[in-house]
Amino acid sequence: MKAAVIQFGGSNCDRDVAYVIQEVCGAEADLIWYKDGINKQYDAIILPGGFSYGDYLRAGAIAARTPIMADVIKAAHTGTLVLGICNGAQIAAESGLIPGVFTINSYPKFICEPAYLRVENTTSPFTRLYREGEVVRIPIAHKEGRYVVPESDLARLEAENRIAFRFCDKDGRVTEAANPNGATGNITGVLSEKQNVLVMMPHPERASEEILGSTDGKKIFDSMIAHSEQS
Amino acid sequence: MKFEIIITITLKEGMLNPEAEAIRHAIAHLGYATDRLVTADQFRITLDAADKTKAEEIAGSICERLLANPVIHTYEIEVI
Repeated sequence: MKAAVIQFGGSNCDRDVAYVIQEVCGAEADLIWYKDGINKQYDAIILPGGFSYGDYLRAGAIAARTPIMADVIKAAHTGTLVLGICNGAQIAAESGLIPGVFTINSYPKFICEPAYLRVENTTSPFTRLYREGEVVRIPIAHKEGRYVVPESDLARLEAENRIAFRFCDKDGRVTEAANPNGATGNITGVLSEKQNVLVMMPHPERASEEILGSTDGKKIFDSMIAHSEQS
Repeated sequence: MKFEIIITITLKEGMLNPEAEAIRHAIAHLGYATDRLVTADQFRITLDAADKTKAEEIAGSICERLLANPVIHTYEIEVI
């Protein structure tokens, strides 16, 4: 798999995710400055975490309107995998790659802690190596991560099996107490209609090595690599 | 013609606004009772347009394309 990791001013997980793809998973990753545009064919594009444009206006809102996002949207429409992590998820939502928006947490402070997620979809290019209902532990670090989506869109997401992850407790129960940011339906991972775009608030690159306390996030990158090798 | 425009962005009615709730509680700690508190973002823009209607149109387009997110926001435009 050849991946492009897009760097905006204020991205700060770009090198981490490139490191995991290259050094931990053995695939290829190019770091691309947003002003340079995407000029090559990639199997995957990663929108990394961080604070693009200082989270001015709304998290992700300004990065979503940069010219490189037109390249990302175009690539997504032709089937390229796009993974938006944390600020990347906010950027992707602001770009319309998925319905809904990530907005300020119900308790309005920055949360940085490990989170349990229940894997809801095991057929997408990002989640195919997980077991159905598997509970994984991947950290979150955000202030604007509460997923809000109109009811009609929510019904469609559920009907089309486009919810990838929900916050849960360690036994997999999706409860209000296990919802750190107040997200609608505990949702924290959403797939596009063709399931080639995944946006998620948790940071899989921070859970890809034993030394970091969890390798549960690595399966996302491994799934993407397996998908790319097949197609 | 130059127009000065005031754009006010608010959360849609019924949207959770934890910031407003926190501020309302702080006001209560000072001893004032309030029933409701709304926060908003205000933008003042000066631009060139042929007339007032055109200026409103441009401001509307700016709101739709950037300043507001239609999933959660409404906006008001005042041309002065």
